[in-house]
Amino acid sequence: MSEAVLALAQAVRHGDRSARELTEERLAAIATAEPEVHAFNLVTADAARAEADEVDRRVAAGEDVGPLAGLPVALKDNICTRGVPTTCSSRILDGWRPPYDATVVTRLRSAGAVIVGKTNLDEFAMGSSTENSAFGPTRNPHDPSRVPGGSSGGSAAAVAAGFVPMALGSDTGGSIRQPAALCGVVGVKPTYGVVSRYGLVAFASSLDQIGPLTGSVADAAALLEVVAGHDPEDSTSLAEPAPTVTSVLGDGVDGMRVGVVAELIDGVAPDVAARVRQAADALSSAGARVDEASVPAAVHGLSAYYLIAPAEASSNLARYDGVRYGLRVEAPDITAMYTATRSAGFGSEVKRRIMLGTYALSAGYYDAYYGQAQRVRTLIIRSFDAAYARFDALLAPTTPTTAFALGAKTADPLAMYLTDVCTVPSSLAGHPAMSVPFGSGDDGMPVGVQVLAPARGEAVMFRVGAALEALAPGPTGVDAVRSRREAVR
Amino acid sequence: MAGRITRADVVHVATLARLELTEEELDRYVDQLGAVLEHAADVAALDTSGVPPTAHPLPMENVLREDVARPSLDRDEVLREAPDTDGTRFRVPRILGEEP
Repeated sequence: MSEAVLALAQAVRHGDRSARELTEERLAAIATAEPEVHAFNLVTADAARAEADEVDRRVAAGEDVGPLAGLPVALKDNICTRGVPTTCSSRILDGWRPPYDATVVTRLRSAGAVIVGKTNLDEFAMGSSTENSAFGPTRNPHDPSRVPGGSSGGSAAAVAAGFVPMALGSDTGGSIRQPAALCGVVGVKPTYGVVSRYGLVAFASSLDQIGPLTGSVADAAALLEVVAGHDPEDSTSLAEPAPTVTSVLGDGVDGMRVGVVAELIDGVAPDVAARVRQAADALSSAGARVDEASVPAAVHGLSAYYLIAPAEASSNLARYDGVRYGLRVEAPDITAMYTATRSAGFGSEVKRRIMLGTYALSAGYYDAYYGQAQRVRTLIIRSFDAAYARFDALLAPTTPTTAFALGAKTADPLAMYLTDVCTVPSSLAGHPAMSVPFGSGDDGMPVGVQVLAPARGEAVMFRVGAALEALAPGPTGVDAVRSRREAVR
Repeated sequence: MAGRITRADVVHVATLARLELTEEELDRYVDQLGAVLEHAADVAALDTSGVPPTAHPLPMENVLREDVARPSLDRDEVLREAPDTDGTRFRVPRILGEEP
């Protein structure tokens, strides 16, 4: 699949295929299956056709249009697109048209990509199932009775369903990796600061990162190299160029030290744990030195995350006050207007996180909860540092189970939060991590194996990811969806 | 370690967050926030004396740039998205107790 996608871009670059033709193919795929999947909040078909025609015009004029020439790309609907609605799947931003493009959008266009639409998410990226959307849930293309994961569930489903070869999502505590695992696609959360957050609607600013969701590791590498690299518009952007990852994919894992994180494999479903063990054995047979690793403080990751992320969210979401953009509910004075607007505009999970975060930051509780969570964050970083003194990369499950049924966890927020237990530790540390499809669970649904690496360790992470992909049992991505759906029929 | 969150706490926090909650929402949040904070008790109970807090995952210095004027967002494009304006500025309801 991977060579196929990047070969398509090469064919467009050389004038052998047209961007318009690729775009029409994907728009036709969307028209067929989107009513069932609901991956998109908005399909920008006419704009996509115009962008594709512009790529074709530039190719005809002899210009080099870039490494993603003519490739249709979908954007999570919390990434700003100038003049095109960006809703964050929230009533409070319904209809808002940003006055600027996110840096990743500018870079995608410069690389020749064609943007086909905005994908569904849990409201403001708060959730793990894409059920907390003001516009209705997205469904898992492998089995429409199940969730696609979240919060980048629309982007993951769009890739798995074959609507687009690649998409961007955002990951705060696992929101790229978890849906990638549940939909059987590749998902990458880069090192904090590798990809500019300019134009990404903020949820928890010290954790948020944009990253790729694709059908293959090679596609993710190509997409990451396009969107990554220093951006003066984001003061937290690392002052260095994009990591080099496409050229290392074939380097293998011979002699590499890989640790299986004991604390993250403990307690996950047996079929998921078995796949992680199988992945470790496969890497070992490919020449890696695999051993058990311990990251003791990782067990506190979930608790620390669900204090820090809501605290940052409660502050970031103070801007939705009915004054400058989005919804306003009229009231006689400004305080009543703020309260009426926010109460009507936010959904229940967003209100819950704002409440949790405001509580964790309020007088009397600040040190016991927020301050303490920040100190635990330090312990988690130290714990990882000790592990990375022994290992080049770590292996873990991405999720505790395969995709669950729609509605299964909506009444119990803590049960939903627990699905992030394997992904939050590297988020708190600011480290890169990726999910690679690796076979299926007892229910035939995809399993993702997570590769973790130290800060700026993208190259080693992609080497392990590429090796895992080559060793994975059975079909992945769009092919896996097709074979499963045929088997069900 | 703080005690279990009460209904009065939830009412207070909603006021701070500028949210108006129904009675039913209040009841639900007392239970749900209580469950999450109970789960966080392991973190609250850890001995972290001498451990510095991490607010940001990677060490970063202040980021400065030359003080040179650059184009900003287009005013009309920004105001077009606002709920109410006078054509050049955002318009809001009265902010103090005075008569309009």
